[in-house]
Amino acid sequence: MNEKKEKGGFFKRLKDGLSKTHKAVIKRVDEITCGKRVINDDLLDNLEEILITSDIGAVTVQRLMEKIRWKVNRKELKIPEKIHNALKDEIFSILSNHQQTLQADTLQKPFTILTVGVNGTGKTTTIAKMANIFISQGHSVLLAAADTFRAAATEQLEIWADRVGCKVIKHRQGADPSAVAFDALKSAQAKGIDVLIIDTAGRLHTKAPLMDEIKKVSRIIGRELDGAPHETLLVLDATTGQNAISQAKMFKQAINISGLALTKLDGTAKGGVIVGISETMQIPIRYIGVGEKIDDLREFNPKEFADALFEN
Amino acid sequence: MLEVLSNGFNKAKDRFAGRVELTEANIDDALKDIRLSLLEADVNFSVVKDFIHDVKEKALGVIVDTRVSHKSQKLKTTPGEHFINICHQELVTLMGPVDVDISFASKPPSTIMLIGLQGCGKTTTAGKIAGFLSKKNKTPLLVAADTYRPAAVEQLQVIGNSLSIPVFSEKEMSPPAICSKAIEHARSTGHDVVILDTAGRLAIDDSLMNELETIAANTRPDNIFLVCDAMIGQDAVKTAVEFDRRLDLSGFILTKLDGDARGGAALSIKKITGKPIKFLCTGESFDRIEEFRPDGLASRILGFGDVVGLMQDFEQVIDEKKAEKDAARMLKGQFTLLDFLEQIQSIKKMGPLQDIVEKIPFFSQMAGNVAVDERELVKIESLINSMTHKERVNPDVIKESRKKRIASGSGRTPREVSEVLKKFNTMRKMMKNMGKSGLLSKISGGLSNIPGLGGGADPGDIMGNNLPAASRKFPKPLSTSEKRKIKSKRKKAKKARKNSRKK
Ligand SMILES: Nc1nc2c(ncn2[C@@H]2O[C@H](COP(=O)(O)OP(=O)(O)OP(=O)(O)O)[C@@H](O)[C@H]2O)c(=O)[nH]1
Ligand SMILES: Nc1nc2c(ncn2[C@@H]2O[C@H](COP(=O)(O)OP(=O)(O)O)[C@@H](O)[C@H]2O)c(=O)[nH]1
Ligand SMILES: [Mg+2]
Ligand SMILES: [Mg+2]
Repeated sequence: MNEKKEKGGFFKRLKDGLSKTHKAVIKRVDEITCGKRVINDDLLDNLEEILITSDIGAVTVQRLMEKIRWKVNRKELKIPEKIHNALKDEIFSILSNHQQTLQADTLQKPFTILTVGVNGTGKTTTIAKMANIFISQGHSVLLAAADTFRAAATEQLEIWADRVGCKVIKHRQGADPSAVAFDALKSAQAKGIDVLIIDTAGRLHTKAPLMDEIKKVSRIIGRELDGAPHETLLVLDATTGQNAISQAKMFKQAINISGLALTKLDGTAKGGVIVGISETMQIPIRYIGVGEKIDDLREFNPKEFADALFEN
Repeated sequence: MLEVLSNGFNKAKDRFAGRVELTEANIDDALKDIRLSLLEADVNFSVVKDFIHDVKEKALGVIVDTRVSHKSQKLKTTPGEHFINICHQELVTLMGPVDVDISFASKPPSTIMLIGLQGCGKTTTAGKIAGFLSKKNKTPLLVAADTYRPAAVEQLQVIGNSLSIPVFSEKEMSPPAICSKAIEHARSTGHDVVILDTAGRLAIDDSLMNELETIAANTRPDNIFLVCDAMIGQDAVKTAVEFDRRLDLSGFILTKLDGDARGGAALSIKKITGKPIKFLCTGESFDRIEEFRPDGLASRILGFGDVVGLMQDFEQVIDEKKAEKDAARMLKGQFTLLDFLEQIQSIKKMGPLQDIVEKIPFFSQMAGNVAVDERELVKIESLINSMTHKERVNPDVIKESRKKRIASGSGRTPREVSEVLKKFNTMRKMMKNMGKSGLLSKISGGLSNIPGLGGGADPGDIMGNNLPAASRKFPKPLSTSEKRKIKSKRKKAKKARKNSRKK
């Protein structure tokens, strides 16, 4: 993605996508802080409510509030309006701690991305969007239809591949996903493809046999190509509440998750779970999904995210 | 998620350990734990607030009751039990009353419209409902009204195909037109129920919400169900309220309850919209749908397992008479490895382990955490199979040399033997305690004499002490057709186990 050129547009679209969140959170922070001259417990309680209803999660909120209270007690924070900035700084620092964008390193052809997540989070759509980004960067892309389970999952991926202009390696419904991934890798190597993205079936992180299945996919690719998968991307749905943290933990435990994507931030879900995840998991958030269209994928940028969230 | 919830509740309960009465101070501490755990479980903020308020009022009432009441049974329970009972009943009240009915038009076809956010499970659920209804001798027609998501129509067609239920679709037509035409088609072809699978959309997407309103206005569906992912966060309420405002929902369906997210959304949605929860979905295969029961879900939220659901499963696979005798014996602490083995075998007959584990309170503890592995059972089974009869009946004789023999006989390590024995001992202790705590009297018939609970709730349920053997109920003997049903259920379960997907 050419960020420079797109800067204004990118930021605006991100803000548009987040405007619901933004308005809701900011309006309420301002409602609470405006006109109050002293920071009292009521005000802090209300603030806590706002953060919790943003899905930030009670534990992270507690931690955030402790910091704010500490600053209040030390008289570093005296004016209620400043709370807003203090929170923004705090959230920004959590979000930026482990941040790193995803670059396709095509020295290791193919740069292999394994995409995983629970059911319906937006894996397939995100893959299409990523493929689109890589193609626009001049890379050749191949997709592997390793969701051999869900009805018409392959067809779905094929339609997207058609739209973005790349090929799909597929097997029959019910085939072994590792076999699809293996074939796709061989095919990508033979053709000198730059980027291979593997779509997998949605699976709940609590199901051991399905987690074994994904481990196997990862292992087989690693056996065939050194360092592969180069990126194991966990796709999380921003509508999800605190369960997203459990998903991240369990997937990380099973396979080495190296990046996260957060989809559906265009809805009213506030995406606050990002903060909790970033704090607990220390995995970079690569992308955010802000719509169903092919270019509705943004690189996650903590600064812009925090700004868009907290700017008036 | 449930772990979070149940930990909170357990912690709350522990706060009463050794106390003799509920005081405002210890209620407050316990309520703080519960508040936090409910929030961590994504129960809506304002719902949590009300819940805490109501539970507090009721708990404080109990102090008065315990003090002034001379009914001896009231004095027998501990404040902790009272407190958890109050939480449980409050949850049940919040999620009830039960209304799992589907409305049918006096003049067919009846219409069921499924709506919801992207990826929440509408299409899968459409298939499940169609399957559910055709078992009830209906002749459903599935309608592919999602023209947006790539291959959504094909997805429904594949589903319809595998269930042998016809799917109506039209290329180059708008969703409202498709729906209207489908109903005409159903009328002329004699389908009595039409299930509309619509595209996922955000509640704030005005034009797509308008489209739903148009479909509803044209087809006047007898049922509009919002499909909701059980993992949804604080946004659940906002989304549900908006869908309800625009479409006047008849109820909700909660999906993906087979994961570790439970309760939060159900509680919030029911409380705020007042609309009933109709179905719970617990897996990707098409038989994973059940009618909603608040009691089951409340138990799950409390973290003590879906005991009622478990009992229903159990009833189908065990020999009732024997179970009764066994339960009585086990509760006296005479629980052997043979019983353990038998339980494991019954559990295996009940179907995929993941389902069951969520329902059994002790089992999740036994297997460590949420990710429970079918192989754990296989391991325990193989170890017990390598034991002598004497060892099975009296596991205390198993010392180091026996452990080594058992280990080598089953291809395991002595450590694994020790681990299994440890688990077994924990279970045995739990059983014995449970026997002491009065469940035994219930089993021998004194249902209404449950100390302190006035026959309302089941203390075993509430306290989470129910183990599979103990939770067996004793229904009338099975008829031949029922037996046949069970047989086929077992077969299906066996098949399901083979296919790792069907959990
Ligand atoms: N509004 C919105 N919808 C999205 C976004 N990303 C994906 N979706 C929608 O979410 C639904 C599920 O997306 P998929 O890409 O099929 O999800 P998946 O994870 O591959 O699903 P399974 O393979 O079924 O587990 C589709 O309707 C997508 O259009 C997003 O960023 N915003
Ligand atoms: N584990 C689990 N997965 C489900 C359940 N219901 C649906 N799914 C999965 O969730 C994903 C999205 O489902 P789909 O029916 O396509 O959702 P839709 O976009 O709302 O129509 C698919 O991968 C389904 O297999 C459920 O109850 N449990
Ligand atoms: Mg997919
Ligand atoms: Mg669908």
